[in-house]
Amino acid sequence: MNAAIDGTFIAILAPFFAAALAPFVVRMLGHNGSWLLALVPAGIFVHFLGYIDQTVGGAGIASVWDWWPGMGWPLSYLIDGLSLMFALLISGIGTFIILYSGGYMKGHPQLGRFLSFMFLFMGAMQGLIISDNLVTVFIFWELTSITSFLLIGFNTTKEKSRRAALQALVVTGGGGLSLLAGIILVQLVAGTSDLSTLLTQPGLLQTSPYYMPILLLFLGGAFTKSAQFPLHFWLPNAMEAPTPVSAYLHSATMVKAGVYLLMRIQPIMGDTLAWSIILPIFGGTTLIVGTLLAVRQTDLKLMLAYTTVASLGLLVMLTGTSNEIAIQGAVLYLLAHSLFKGALFMVAGLIDHGTGTRDVTKLGGLAKAMPITFGAAAFAALSMAGLPPFIGFVAKEELYLGIWGTEPPFLALTITAVIGNALMLVIGFAVAFKPFLGAKVETPKAAHEGPLLMLAGPVVLSVCGLASAIFLHWTSVHLVGPMASSVAGKVLTPALHLFPTAIKANLILSLITVALGLVLFFRLALLRGIMDRVLRTIGWGPDLGFDQFMNGTVLAAHRVTRLVQPGQMNMYMKVAFAMTAAAILLPLILLDELPNWPEMPDMRFYEWGVMAIAVIGLAAVLNAKNRLTAIVALGIQGFAVALIFMLFGAPDLSFTQFMVETLSVVILALVMTRLSLYQDDHRSPVRTVVDGTLALAVGGGFFLLLLAVVQQPFNAELSDFFREHSVAIAHGRNIVNVILVDFRGVDTLGEIAVVAIAGLAILALIRVRPKTRPKAQPISDNSNVGVVASAKTSPAQETTQ
Amino acid sequence: MEVALAALIGIFFVTAVYLMLSPHVIRILLGVAVLGNAVNLLIFTSGRLTREVPPIVPDGMIVADPSIANPLPQALVLTAIVISFSFFAFLLTLAYRAFQELGTDDTDTMRIAEPADEAAPPTGY
Repeated sequence: MNAAIDGTFIAILAPFFAAALAPFVVRMLGHNGSWLLALVPAGIFVHFLGYIDQTVGGAGIASVWDWWPGMGWPLSYLIDGLSLMFALLISGIGTFIILYSGGYMKGHPQLGRFLSFMFLFMGAMQGLIISDNLVTVFIFWELTSITSFLLIGFNTTKEKSRRAALQALVVTGGGGLSLLAGIILVQLVAGTSDLSTLLTQPGLLQTSPYYMPILLLFLGGAFTKSAQFPLHFWLPNAMEAPTPVSAYLHSATMVKAGVYLLMRIQPIMGDTLAWSIILPIFGGTTLIVGTLLAVRQTDLKLMLAYTTVASLGLLVMLTGTSNEIAIQGAVLYLLAHSLFKGALFMVAGLIDHGTGTRDVTKLGGLAKAMPITFGAAAFAALSMAGLPPFIGFVAKEELYLGIWGTEPPFLALTITAVIGNALMLVIGFAVAFKPFLGAKVETPKAAHEGPLLMLAGPVVLSVCGLASAIFLHWTSVHLVGPMASSVAGKVLTPALHLFPTAIKANLILSLITVALGLVLFFRLALLRGIMDRVLRTIGWGPDLGFDQFMNGTVLAAHRVTRLVQPGQMNMYMKVAFAMTAAAILLPLILLDELPNWPEMPDMRFYEWGVMAIAVIGLAAVLNAKNRLTAIVALGIQGFAVALIFMLFGAPDLSFTQFMVETLSVVILALVMTRLSLYQDDHRSPVRTVVDGTLALAVGGGFFLLLLAVVQQPFNAELSDFFREHSVAIAHGRNIVNVILVDFRGVDTLGEIAVVAIAGLAILALIRVRPKTRPKAQPISDNSNVGVVASAKTSPAQETTQ
Repeated sequence: MEVALAALIGIFFVTAVYLMLSPHVIRILLGVAVLGNAVNLLIFTSGRLTREVPPIVPDGMIVADPSIANPLPQALVLTAIVISFSFFAFLLTLAYRAFQELGTDDTDTMRIAEPADEAAPPTGY
């Protein structure tokens, strides 16, 4: 470990810089700017190639860069076989995707923005797979969700793409939160969230009592990101995005983040009963459902999208077995899938670009017009179908070897894999051969080959699918072995053969798969019809469920808002007072802090008298039938309060209270001449009881609280300070005044400001009036004191009265 | 002494809350005024009561006798009285203007900000 910045950190940050520069490059160079921009991922690819020899043998390289010393927020990376494979895929495929984008989006006014988002995603994805710290992983994880949102919804004027973007964000973002909760639990259990440390402690998490919650939370993140059934629906909808996005995010890289996470935690959380039950079941179901749904589609991109769902299911299933051979199969399949699926998506984009349609039933005989595209498509499809001599074949052989067995669970896995792979072959051939072979079909545009920018990607990726199989020894030692070692948690040296050396179960299974696939391929139309009818009969699906969920959430939120905010102030007041009473009374009762029963107070007769005046005033306010009574009664209780201040040694308060009460009465009198006081309160008996109970609860609460307070010994420290220092420090003899103007002078300044602002607000209320306002007519009061009826009454007003 | 005042303060609170629960703006305002006095008395009483000896240091003395009234709650209440007065004046004006504009003083029918028949928010994307 070192603490300095090195080349890898620069590689991690480079895409973000490229994202900032992309719009300017595009402005200067147009779509050809992607040649220049592609140098960034190409450089990153070359940088990571340098690590290949170091990870052979399952070694990992970790480093920390404390970029903000003292913040405790270092950036750290962990490069082992697993993250290196992902890093190479992200930067390698990313290079061609950037080129492809330049061709695909040529002339698009927002190409710069598009490339910028693509680079942001690239940086986020690279950070995700290379970060050593799980919290950093989470941050990058969410960043990929956000960039995916931006890219899916790139066509902002189309409702379908907005919906797809939101859907992807809600599903994957929700999964991200689940992951975060899991990471927090891991931190609590293990005391660290550094992967490099966690990986040295296998067994720690598996034996923890929190294992199940941690596992389920992590799976919540992985299954949403990697589109496992029944949360798969967002991925096909994400095909609303421009094709480079589908090829890059939604087949080759982002959707594999969930698989990456599972593979990453396999050594520390895998190989338990729960792990080997949940993962294969979800993965296997996803594999079958994905391929069946793919068969139904006629849009090239949607067919590919559903097979991506299926492939992710296969990977999850294989990871769930925790079997070394199956893991090697998964690693090989992941490599193969990224290559062929990325290529096929770009082919789909090329076909769309060259002919104007992506509907497989409206395409045929393109081989002559688009020979290079056809070649790339054929290579990729053969790899997808699992035919030799492509890497897909090696992967399939290995994974069959890993899961084959005669016990029921293994048999179930094997049958699932065979059916899934056979259907995968069907779709692969349908996408890659159906449009190119057979009779020529008229297309919206005269079919033509794509530009070099767009051809580079599919050609190189599909050739890689061939080359990695031909140079299988190199692939196996430098890529598959190290990655499988990271996933298995121990050093593995896979023994792979491009051509089978002996007739074993896996070869027979391969033959069955191919045979089944070919049979089904020639019955594709029939199969599609059956699937279509089945799905129409079922009708409901999780995609529809998403709409119901979203709309239901909006409506439920609306109802809850209406419930707690019915728009009636009275309700708000009731809630506020009920909470006040509860906040005072409940602690007093529950914590057993009710005051002792007080003795009869020792009061002088005039003190009783003043208090009686206050009570009479209050009663009169309550019962006031007209304005005059109300004003006078309010004045009475106010003056009684002033007298109480006077009797208990507070002449300053008393004077202020007298003044304020006088002013209040004057202002009240002014306003009340224009406002009405209804004769009675318009409260129904029920309401009177409810309001009365609330009022008694609040009043009783304050009574008990105050009693409890005064029964405690008084801490006079602060008061003594003012008493002792008033003259000595502040040279004033009236201690209250000294506190106000000296000790707490700034408070008094604030108070004056409040009064001034209230005055300004009053002035504004009186002076600022809308030009056409309905004049209100005061409601007549039975006392008839100072009624100033407005002369003008608008018709609208009359109807309301 | 505090006991009697505590009871009085309880009555103040009961009155204030009951008035404020009225549907009519003007009674709510009366309640606010009473509530202000209730709170002031509450602060005053929780600082303990002393009869008739104001917190003033007599001439010739540097430190006042401990028997004087507690000056701290008085300072707090003095501030509070002024603030609650300006608040009350503002509320009165607001109520007056609201009545002028809306033609009603019944809070149940003052529903400009939160209309009763508010439509559900739009769904979709």
